[in-house]
Amino acid sequence: MTPKELALKSIGYRKNILKYIYGANAGHTGGSLSCIDILNVLYNHTLNVGPDNFKSPDRDRYIQSKGHCVEALFVVLADKGFFPESDLETLCRYKSHYIGHPTRKVNGVEQNTGALGHGLPISVGTALAAKMDNKAYRVFTLLGDGELPEGSNWEAALTAAHYKLDNLTAIIDHNKLQITGRTSDVCNTDPIDLKFESFGWAVRHVDGHDFKMLQETLDELPFTDSKPSLIIAHTVKGKGISYMEDELKWHHGVPNKQQYAQAIEELDNAVATL
Amino acid sequence: MGAIIDNVLVSDKANLDVFSGTLQNLAELDRDIVVVTSDSRGSGKLGPFGQKFPAQIVEIGIAEQNLVGVAAGLASAGKKVFAVSPACFLTARALEQIKNDVAYSDNPVKLIGISAGVSYGALGTTHHSLHDFAVLRAVNNITVVAPADNFETEQAIAQAANSNHPFYLRFGKKVMPALPTDIDNSFSFVKGRIIREGKDLTIIGTGETVYPAWQAAEKLEQDYNIQATVISMHTIKPLDYELLARVAATGKPIITVEEHSVYGGLGEACASFLLQHNYHNPFKIMGIPDEYTVTGSQNEIFNHYGLSESGIADTALKILKQKH
Ligand SMILES: Cc1ncc(C[n+]2csc(CCOP(=O)(O)OP(=O)(O)O)c2C)c(N)n1
Ligand SMILES: [Mg+2]
Repeated sequence: MTPKELALKSIGYRKNILKYIYGANAGHTGGSLSCIDILNVLYNHTLNVGPDNFKSPDRDRYIQSKGHCVEALFVVLADKGFFPESDLETLCRYKSHYIGHPTRKVNGVEQNTGALGHGLPISVGTALAAKMDNKAYRVFTLLGDGELPEGSNWEAALTAAHYKLDNLTAIIDHNKLQITGRTSDVCNTDPIDLKFESFGWAVRHVDGHDFKMLQETLDELPFTDSKPSLIIAHTVKGKGISYMEDELKWHHGVPNKQQYAQAIEELDNAVATL
Repeated sequence: MGAIIDNVLVSDKANLDVFSGTLQNLAELDRDIVVVTSDSRGSGKLGPFGQKFPAQIVEIGIAEQNLVGVAAGLASAGKKVFAVSPACFLTARALEQIKNDVAYSDNPVKLIGISAGVSYGALGTTHHSLHDFAVLRAVNNITVVAPADNFETEQAIAQAANSNHPFYLRFGKKVMPALPTDIDNSFSFVKGRIIREGKDLTIIGTGETVYPAWQAAEKLEQDYNIQATVISMHTIKPLDYELLARVAATGKPIITVEEHSVYGGLGEACASFLLQHNYHNPFKIMGIPDEYTVTGSQNEIFNHYGLSESGIADTALKILKQKH
């Protein structure tokens, strides 16, 4: 897909994220909007995974460590045909399998996540299994930036480098916000790149909303032979909706009727600017 | 609804709100009170606390193991520490820190498990804490408490703050109506509170299940003329064996109700005592069964598993029909 086609797709994804969060009156709006362009490029450009090969042991794996942004994942999985989009009308409802975090009860979901700091260790294990079995599949995981202080991430970062897992890519959705405030004020993790490099990873920075840059960067994986790769994706929490961008309260804020209407209008207007 | 208890007006709030309000009152008088959070001050209703006492709050970031370790160190150096994090992460991820750094080393940290049980509803199993009573019952030297209403919450926080030993206190998000205090208007740890007295059976609840247990008892009286005793067993460990022996001695059925797995919590704690002391009352443990938890709000999950007025009343009717 061309960057422009991807951009058009992301507008549709954003509309659906908001539609189902609005419908469920629950969800992680800001962080879903910050990572959706990354998921878009992963599922529509990079990963060799879809409903047809999801049972294949050779498929690429995507494991979402920042599980709270499940709405972004569900919307993309629906678009890829893993399940009918109308299923998402049951999001968070009684007896639905579409809960507020990824679960394997939903077709296309690799791992049950939601407690932060689990995605990277599981991804390391999955990538290690590929090495043991001489398989070519690759493993991708998406982390939040607020999630980084979990010690498990750093333990897994050591293991990944130790076993030279160049089939593993971690992407950090670096939107600079978490629940309490700016990530740099809550627990400063800068410089993320130097920390991972010193742990033996190959690191690149990208604009997490630049489709061309995301495509080109992902095409160059692994960045260095025998090293795991880290992509620090600079993003904007709430991206695409003027009043949500970089605003703390939209971490799990749900738009009211008028806000929802305005958001959809802004997204519709964005189509013309592509 | 509101109740005057010991001249303090307690009006209905979420226990979590009472927790944060009480903590502010304590912090005002005692500069050694320190709150430690893991990106959890919003969910802990501690935003105002942080603004009022910026020198008495330590933000750790999303790192619960670190939170408990740091809390243990602060406590060992004389701080009166409240470590506040969602119950699910606090008691699962940081269990080893709780076991070794807090309980075993007897560092007097007050662990506050917020949004406990299934308070997080449709966020699912990662966010539910249905294991916390079970794991902490098996850890020596920690008092495990689930206050039922605002009164119990306020008392529990104030009393725990002055203890030199570890505590785990668990709260939900729901507004909790005040329970009747005509029989027992006092609160002390390890002493179950009798909310209501009746001759036909005993329903023992803890935390947010005491209120539906009391509602069920009222319904049983109105609709069936059945008289139930209701107990708020706010302290899960140590358990009030004396009170348990007293109600068991009547020979009448006992039902326990908890927002926890039916394994390892209040119910099994009671069962273990009763069997080992030769009480053979008809006995039923109500809680969340050992299965993939249904999706829904906290209320929907409560109703689904019968932890509701009608569900508890039905269980009572069934157990009363059993031959014994
Ligand atoms: C182990 C754990 N601790 C706490 C939480 C609660 N929580 C959910 S999202 C979140 C903030 C995450 O911030 P960040 O990683 O920056 O995510 P994003 O900004 O992309 O939404 C927190 C504290 C959790 N889900 N898991
Ligand atoms: Mg963030």
